[in-house]
Amino acid sequence: MKVLLRNPRRELEIDGPRRVHALLADLALNRESHLVIRNGTLVPADEELAADDIVEIRPVISGGAQ
Amino acid sequence: MKCRVCRQRAVIDVPRHNANFCAPHFLDMCRRQVTRAIADFDMLTTADRALVAVSGGKDSLAVWDMLGDLGYTADGLYVGLGIGDYSDVSAEYARAFASERGLKLIEISLRDDYGYDVPTATAATRRVPCSACGLSKRHLFDKAAIDGGYTVLVTGHNLDDEAAVLYGNTLRWELEYLARQLPVLPARDGFPKKVKPLVRLSERETAAWCVLRGIDYLVEECPIAEGNKHLGFKAALNAIEAESPGTKTAFYLNFVERVAPLLAGHALPDDKALQPCVRCGSPTTGELCAFCHLVSVASVHEPVAVELITGKGSRR
Repeated sequence: MKVLLRNPRRELEIDGPRRVHALLADLALNRESHLVIRNGTLVPADEELAADDIVEIRPVISGGAQ
Repeated sequence: MKCRVCRQRAVIDVPRHNANFCAPHFLDMCRRQVTRAIADFDMLTTADRALVAVSGGKDSLAVWDMLGDLGYTADGLYVGLGIGDYSDVSAEYARAFASERGLKLIEISLRDDYGYDVPTATAATRRVPCSACGLSKRHLFDKAAIDGGYTVLVTGHNLDDEAAVLYGNTLRWELEYLARQLPVLPARDGFPKKVKPLVRLSERETAAWCVLRGIDYLVEECPIAEGNKHLGFKAALNAIEAESPGTKTAFYLNFVERVAPLLAGHALPDDKALQPCVRCGSPTTGELCAFCHLVSVASVHEPVAVELITGKGSRR
């Protein structure tokens, strides 16, 4: 599957199928800090991602000091 | 995974509630959390004229959207910080959101209106970028709310923001800051009432709200905030949250309920020798307020490109 990452923006090609939580674990990304969006739609942690999916892993952490 | 409410296919898991939700029921959960925060902390009513501090990021656009969705009247205020392309793009998101919904967006430009920008102020003051940025925003949000006759200033601070600040202040036992870290700060002479309706929602949830509501927002992080302490505290708390879901919620909301009342006597007195700034009239403890001092230093400095400041968010 094609995986889009941000900050910095980059693309990875990762073997599928693979569940969302496993993909995040493989990339050492915290589920609490990211949303996973497949073909424009949010998907939960146990969703299986197929080899031909296009997946965005969107970080949600933002903000400078207050 | 199935939605906890309707058993239809879920789109998001929310570990802190030990629940999964379909899109409509996730949005309902967010509405309930915001409604509860507004009610519990007496934030605002539909009679209020609210001004939302808008950055073009997910939290400020989500809170502006939710207030409208819940029947509140709110205008937006965008402050152009002059952080290169980042600011240019963030302004476009804020303008697009407002124009698509017929909402009023007030704009202030640090460079055009005050003669400096955040990169230049960072160089001129030799402090971390977030210092000049935060000072500028706080002053201009307060001033715009007061000058515009708004009864409440709304910010998009979420549960993660508040938990991270609480964590930082707790690590240093900053009692005066801890005593003031509340979801509502009441109005007082020269300062508007300030409220944070998103304190019961995590930033993963505010981001999901935007995705599900079709709100385009700036995903990229501020290029000069990278490495700041605040982001480090968030990462630390999220590492704990991953092992023990609900910890952030308990840490912050139990602080507000159980600890903040015990600290009330430690807050700086509200009337601590405040007088009008000789230049702008804003309340200050000295002759010149901190913002006017910043303007006087930064506006005479040679403009500095954002690339020269990038990556200096960490403490030097």
